[in-house]
Amino acid sequence: MSILVDKNTRVITQGITGAEGTKHTNLCLEYGSTFVGGVTPKKGGQTWKATSGKELPVFNTVAEAVAKTGADASMLFVPPGLAADAIMEAADAGIKLIVAITEGIPVLDMAKAKRYLASKPGCRLVGPNCPGVITPGQCKIGIMPGYIHKPTEPGKTGIGIISRSGTLTYEAVFQLTSMGYSQSTCVGIGGDPIIGTNQIDLLEMFENDPGTEAILMIGEIGGTAEERAAEYVAKHVKKPVAAFIAGQTAPPGRRMGHAGAIISGGSGSAPEKIAALTKAGIAIAATPADLGDAVKKAIAAKKK
Amino acid sequence: MKVHEYQAKELLAAQGAPVPKHIVCKTPDEVAAAFDQLSNGGGAMVKAQIHAGGRGAGELLGHSEKMGGVKFASNRDKAKAIAELMLKFPLKTLQTGSEGQKISTLIVQADAEPAKEYYVGMVLDRAIGLPILMASTAGGMDIEKVAHDTPEKILKVPVSPETGLLPFQAQKLAFDLGFTNEQIGPVVKIMMALSKVYFEKDASIVEVNPLAVTKKGDVVVLDAKIDFDDNATFRHKDVQALRDLGEENPTEIRAAKAALNYIQLDGTIGCLVNGAGLAMATMDIVNHHGGSPANFLDVGGGVTAENAVEAFRIILSDAKVKAIFVNVFGGIASCARIAEALVKAGREVGFKIPVVVRLEGNEVEKAREILNAVKTELPAIRVAAGLTEAAKMVVELAK
Repeated sequence: MSILVDKNTRVITQGITGAEGTKHTNLCLEYGSTFVGGVTPKKGGQTWKATSGKELPVFNTVAEAVAKTGADASMLFVPPGLAADAIMEAADAGIKLIVAITEGIPVLDMAKAKRYLASKPGCRLVGPNCPGVITPGQCKIGIMPGYIHKPTEPGKTGIGIISRSGTLTYEAVFQLTSMGYSQSTCVGIGGDPIIGTNQIDLLEMFENDPGTEAILMIGEIGGTAEERAAEYVAKHVKKPVAAFIAGQTAPPGRRMGHAGAIISGGSGSAPEKIAALTKAGIAIAATPADLGDAVKKAIAAKKK
Repeated sequence: MKVHEYQAKELLAAQGAPVPKHIVCKTPDEVAAAFDQLSNGGGAMVKAQIHAGGRGAGELLGHSEKMGGVKFASNRDKAKAIAELMLKFPLKTLQTGSEGQKISTLIVQADAEPAKEYYVGMVLDRAIGLPILMASTAGGMDIEKVAHDTPEKILKVPVSPETGLLPFQAQKLAFDLGFTNEQIGPVVKIMMALSKVYFEKDASIVEVNPLAVTKKGDVVVLDAKIDFDDNATFRHKDVQALRDLGEENPTEIRAAKAALNYIQLDGTIGCLVNGAGLAMATMDIVNHHGGSPANFLDVGGGVTAENAVEAFRIILSDAKVKAIFVNVFGGIASCARIAEALVKAGREVGFKIPVVVRLEGNEVEKAREILNAVKTELPAIRVAAGLTEAAKMVVELAK
């Protein structure tokens, strides 16, 4: 079992004819994901050729792509100035899962898109500014390296990952795989101030997923999402949870690479987040080298 | 992107907010002339224009008397003398860092001595994904401290991005703050102007602090601050024109030109990492093992050899750096490419200090072979097996 995506997920790429769209559609196909088409306005009717020789139809609109291919998920590589509109287009066309990889979308564009999505209850946005979603061995939608992941065998359980960062997630997956832990689903929720799916949404899904044994949450400075997630864990999550917060040494008032990673307005610092997570009984990784160990400890503590 | 107080006030005034008259000056003589125009028989304020806040309570470094960056001048000669001092000594505030910031621009502002001060500001509330208008009777103070210590003193209204602030919302807030019937009009004007600038120019913060009722009874924007969303400046040429590069760290500007995300810090260990999260976490692990990071540096996923070399040049241009920590997780990008860039950098820049390298992921074996082959040629490069080992090693070497 898994959350969000599996072997039945049918994916289109929004921005398939761009350099990044082409590169990553190829890598996702090589991993074994089911891609059924792509969208680039004004290039409808063309055929996109994968390096493997596989051909995918290109459509002008998401609505047409959904009608012709039965796609239910989208991987979005549209440039920042147009991305929020493309997110709303996908939602309007009936796409159920939009995975927005694009970095640099204006905040007010996302504020509008988020309001629009609230009127489309059947649609879920992951990201933007994220590496994507992967259920190892079944479906990869995004830019994460597939080979580091360890699929969870049928009937067994794996680790679910929720992360605001890209490479830090790969680091975590790599450590877990090296230790023998498989992953159920890994979700990069994105580094922007406004994102679609948040930690609490995923904590609930992982808690209810029989294929997930424990949850690793990778956070960073900025905002108060980790504090709210900690409260949720204390009240509603019975599975083992481990966490790491990046940016313990970040100076206040500076954006640390991600648009959302900033200590401001007197909140968002790492010590506040770590205190809230610890209070909720979550195992904290002291350094990025201890991500796997923290999961191991969280599991051991629950077994006592 | 930050702008100066005078630029923020001019943007608000253009949308109809009442703002005291000011004149922007670069020399003491200009300040004296501006004083003549604005003092109106009384005095005028001289205010240093730097991007950091806390100017009034700041300190001119090197000046024998304690003096901040905001000062009342009772006559022309005093205004000129104040300007001379402000343009001579750097201004240190809680937000500038220990070396202070050089002042190159001043404004002379018509006197508007406040009888009462309020706070009004629009920011993004990340928890709800919407901008909110915040207001408080505790104006003129550090609003972050007010929010932290006495949150009940701050009133908040969520604002829809489709409509912007609505007049009735502004009016209600103004009444709730206790303004008199005569004051409601200009207060609403200020709030509406603030919202217009926020939405039309893609601001991330618009603050009027203080919004003042002067001793004469006028309602004015006495000080203002605006930050713009860096992701949206591409569609606002007028906002781009407000950027003052003199206020920014030159090394950070240089890094941005090479598509590098660099922030200078005070430590001794230079960090070169791919990915923002891992770059922050790398600083953390250095700190955890007793070292101090000299910078945050995310080279990004698709870094070119040229930009990687520039990254090393930038790190090495910081004289405080005693050792470098290269921490790369090669996801889709190959570790071998990073190793090649490292060798190229070593040959072009020359490593006089130790460079500890930790590579993991795609083509890591090939990368290790590349680095092994240059062991005698580039002895400064040391390859560590794991993340913890690398962090401990670089901390030890930087001592």
